[in-house]
Amino acid sequence: MLKKNMADKQMDTLKKVFCYIKKYRGYLILSVFLAALTVISTLYIPILIGDAIDFIIDAGKVDFKGLMPRLVEMVIVILITAIAQWIMNVCNNKMTYRIVRDVRRDAFNKIEILPLKYMDEHSYGEVVSRVIADVDQFADGLLMGFTQLFTGVITILGTLFFMLSVNVKITLVVVLITPVSFLVAGFIAKKTFSMFQLQSKTRGEQTALIDEMIGNQKVVQAFGREKEVLEQFDEVNERLEKCSLRAIFFSSITNPSTRFVNSLVYTGVGITGAISAINGRLSVGQLSCFLSYANQYTKPFNEISGVITELQNAIACAGRIFELIEEEPQIPEKENAVVLEQVDGTVDLKHVSFSYEADKKLIQDFNLSAKPGQRIAIVGPTGCGKTTLINLLMRFYDVNSGSIKVMNEDIRNVTRKSLRASYGMVLQETWLKTGTIRENIIMGKPNATEEEILAAAKASHAHNFIKRLPQGYDTMITEDGGNLSQGQKQLLCITRVMLCLPPMLILDEATSSIDTRTEAKIQNAFATMMKGRTSFIVAHRLSTIKEADVILVMKDGNIIEQGNHKQLLAQNGFYAKLYNSQFSR
Amino acid sequence: MKKVLTYLTNYKKECVFAPLFKMLEASFELLVPLVMASVIDIGIANGDKQYVIQRCIVLIFLGIIGLTCSITAQYFAAKAAVGFATGLRHALFSHIQSLSFTEMDTIGTSTLITRMTSDINQAQNGVNMFLRLFLRSPFIVLGAMVMAFTIDAKAALVFVITIPLLSLVVFGIMKISMPLYKKVQEKLDAVLGITRENLTGARVIRAFNKEEAEIESFGTYNEALTNAQLFVGKISALMNPLTYIIINIATVVLIYVGAIRVDTGHISQGEVVALVNYMSQILVELIKLANLIITLTKATACMNRIADVLTVSSSMEFVEAKETEQKKEKKGETEFAVEFKEVGLTYKGAAAEALSDISFAVKKGQTIGIIGGTGSGKSSLVNLIPRFYDATRGIVKINGKNVKEYTKEEIRDKVGMVLQKAVLFQGTIRENLKWGKEDATEEEMWEALEISQSKEFVEKKEGQLEALVEQGGKNLSGGQRQRLTIARALMKKPEILVLDDSASALDFATDAALRKAIRGMKEKPTLFIVTQRASSILYADQIIVLEDGEVAGIGTHQELLRNCETYQEIYYSQYEEEERCDA
Repeated sequence: MLKKNMADKQMDTLKKVFCYIKKYRGYLILSVFLAALTVISTLYIPILIGDAIDFIIDAGKVDFKGLMPRLVEMVIVILITAIAQWIMNVCNNKMTYRIVRDVRRDAFNKIEILPLKYMDEHSYGEVVSRVIADVDQFADGLLMGFTQLFTGVITILGTLFFMLSVNVKITLVVVLITPVSFLVAGFIAKKTFSMFQLQSKTRGEQTALIDEMIGNQKVVQAFGREKEVLEQFDEVNERLEKCSLRAIFFSSITNPSTRFVNSLVYTGVGITGAISAINGRLSVGQLSCFLSYANQYTKPFNEISGVITELQNAIACAGRIFELIEEEPQIPEKENAVVLEQVDGTVDLKHVSFSYEADKKLIQDFNLSAKPGQRIAIVGPTGCGKTTLINLLMRFYDVNSGSIKVMNEDIRNVTRKSLRASYGMVLQETWLKTGTIRENIIMGKPNATEEEILAAAKASHAHNFIKRLPQGYDTMITEDGGNLSQGQKQLLCITRVMLCLPPMLILDEATSSIDTRTEAKIQNAFATMMKGRTSFIVAHRLSTIKEADVILVMKDGNIIEQGNHKQLLAQNGFYAKLYNSQFSR
Repeated sequence: MKKVLTYLTNYKKECVFAPLFKMLEASFELLVPLVMASVIDIGIANGDKQYVIQRCIVLIFLGIIGLTCSITAQYFAAKAAVGFATGLRHALFSHIQSLSFTEMDTIGTSTLITRMTSDINQAQNGVNMFLRLFLRSPFIVLGAMVMAFTIDAKAALVFVITIPLLSLVVFGIMKISMPLYKKVQEKLDAVLGITRENLTGARVIRAFNKEEAEIESFGTYNEALTNAQLFVGKISALMNPLTYIIINIATVVLIYVGAIRVDTGHISQGEVVALVNYMSQILVELIKLANLIITLTKATACMNRIADVLTVSSSMEFVEAKETEQKKEKKGETEFAVEFKEVGLTYKGAAAEALSDISFAVKKGQTIGIIGGTGSGKSSLVNLIPRFYDATRGIVKINGKNVKEYTKEEIRDKVGMVLQKAVLFQGTIRENLKWGKEDATEEEMWEALEISQSKEFVEKKEGQLEALVEQGGKNLSGGQRQRLTIARALMKKPEILVLDDSASALDFATDAALRKAIRGMKEKPTLFIVTQRASSILYADQIIVLEDGEVAGIGTHQELLRNCETYQEIYYSQYEEEERCDA
């Protein structure tokens, strides 16, 4: 049962691979044609050699007149073969690398439309391993398959034909022995597929660990955990060693085994051929030609069996890539999805319930109605669901029940693009892409003019530090923004939003890493920016939210208090306690 | 390259046996045409069927020996290659662990990941193929030539000309394509980089509707990679046809020369067949070799990339354990836990100093607040205490001893550091806490959780200490993550605890409770608090105010409020109104 499933899975993957190949069938046809050409001419040469040898009988009995034309013919055939071979190789290269490019592109495109849930649940390293390592292995296998499978199969057919034309009996000997090598190869391939799968999986696991530990190298060092992390790494590494060794060794048995079968074939041809020659039914030249065919004929079996093991590995890898490509994407937009225009900033949340995991309730029956231009501040102890609320507003996650409406339109009926373009978002976790400062600032407005960029940077007080960087606005930000401080990164994120000025704002601890003096200055800019814009503000510094129109005090996914600063203080409840705590020792 | 290959030294036995057995197999293979020639020249010529059958049994016997040798060789080759890759991965990983922050800042994560994965895989492949074939192929090629000489020296001269010509082609193509393969791997780095970035920055990319732009720029990188692969592929594709031409033309010449030699009665017809057989054996071998060469070229390019990382040495040297033992700390000699003397720090590649002329001294058990504008050097300053970076000027001392005189373990043990970015690792909460102390008891863990104000939410978690933390702590809120990272640092019971803006996601009540709990600890650590909040350090023994990498003022809250302008600005930006209200 399990075996059958595995075979099905393999077939399934193969079918998908063929879908990708289809696009390049022009190259495929050309490649097969050229393969046939090379094979025929390769096989024709032994005949010429055999003929030539028959002209060389004994001392003084060499027919040079008959010999020369054969030799000239040989040279011509050789040249044709070589050229055809080269073009074929180039075709195969093109096909392989383009197919692989397509696969990689599709995998990446999928990443862009996967629900965020997928990314939150899978380790980055594992996904990266699929897009890089697995695709790499797949390419290797595919290239080998193309170059050797066609020529292999055609060589077998061609030699059979040629051999039949020379002598039927000896051909039969060859045909009867060779299937043995397929049996052997097939047996080994079956055994090794699951080993390759395990190898691929273990590699993914290891990449995930590498990604996590090298990505957070600084923490590892701060805790002096190098030794322990290395131990953890070694554990996976040893497992990988074991399963790699098994996969590689067992798959490498194929080649010697089939070669052994081939030597049997060669011997068989030798014995029957020699006896036929003794009986006078075969010339020595023909026997030489036959022996060379026996070699030619069996060689592709060797190669094919080699290719089969390589393909096993490739298919195992391809399977993992297709798993990613076929992952359920986020719910597609409705055909008649509304494009939000001139958003006034009305946002209504009605009876919203949401949780990441079905059995752990988080937000329940949440109601909120934000009027245009209102400032909504959300406060509460950590873990109360503030960030989740932002995930819902931006539709990174869909609500489980209830609805969120913008301008009375359920956001599930709105294009994601127009919804997200209506929000300006600054998160506590600053993320910058590799590129220059300028490229990062203009993310939301690629056609911004230099003046606009400067104005935004000045408003966010990022200009001061940017101009002090070695190349100013064209300074490259290294991976993960390593060369900037946390606060500077946050300033850039704010500049990014200041530049595109969307009608609604989400500020999740937007200024948590910025010093309060700068913050105070930015606050002024924020205040101007927030005028006429509905804003959702999550902050711990209560000073920054005092002026909010509505303050929601959340605890455990529920709103426990609601009102403005004065009202809430007067209530003397949770908010008042929170507020006063900042003056306590 | 050499450095990389040293990881094969543990597999000397395998490295000798694998090619040796391959060679044995090859020598038996070389005997085959000889046996066949005798079948033709003796068996057929004399019409001796008995002899033919005898010889054929010999052939089968040779086949069996060949099979045994070959499988043995494959095993040794696989073992050596896999072992080599495993050792190399271990070495590279541990080398990366030893790099200091300066190197990590410059190299970048994604290229390190490709080198640890893709490059090592290619290297493993290369070693495996190399061991299997490198002796075999030249052996067969040269062996065929030697055998040809035993038949007829004049005819064998054809071999003597052909073989150097072949090596010229093979090594020429190898030399041209090697740097090209290196480029391919570099392009692969870029593809990996953008893939990673799109996973880590998914929220921002989507918030800015940049999916299409990202797809487009991925397309560019992907295309660049494909083009690089195609270009090098085109050159490698020459290998087969070129070798094919050379060998077959050589065969033509061989037949012609053979014809003359037979005509003059020097050799027999059967011997010409054997000569042609040897030539075609070379062809078969070279086709195999061509594939090997491509793999090998790739592998060499990859090994060089690995070697590049291995040769990057840490710019920071730590003293060995022995040396420090001799200069054991004399206890009580100094009352200062941390001293900075005219410290300056310039980051690698930076134009200006990030810190200049910092001097201060902290007594044991004191609480120090560090406050200042964004980019004023707060994090840089505290990063010098556990020696994440070396001061480029001046001296940093812990317990009266220069930080450079401690071993890495000692100093990282003394200083508990909670970084700005709250990072947790995949595993359970317990496993994460163990980072601070491997053999921690249950009570110790709960104690640390209680001090870090995490007890409450951990208790609510299903499984409590066994609750799972996802990669990067994605399933916890920012504040929960921060508190757990603090708990992790507390597990060490450090002499010096540095909180680098690590309470920013905590509300004021929790923040205050946290500070109170730390002060109440039995072995009270010297505490450094880097913060934006004046309230967090109001009651600190000393407050260091930084501005543009320089000290703008040091003192208590009261003192600074009187005489430090920068501090006043910071303070009043947060408290102005309250003061008025309270008054």
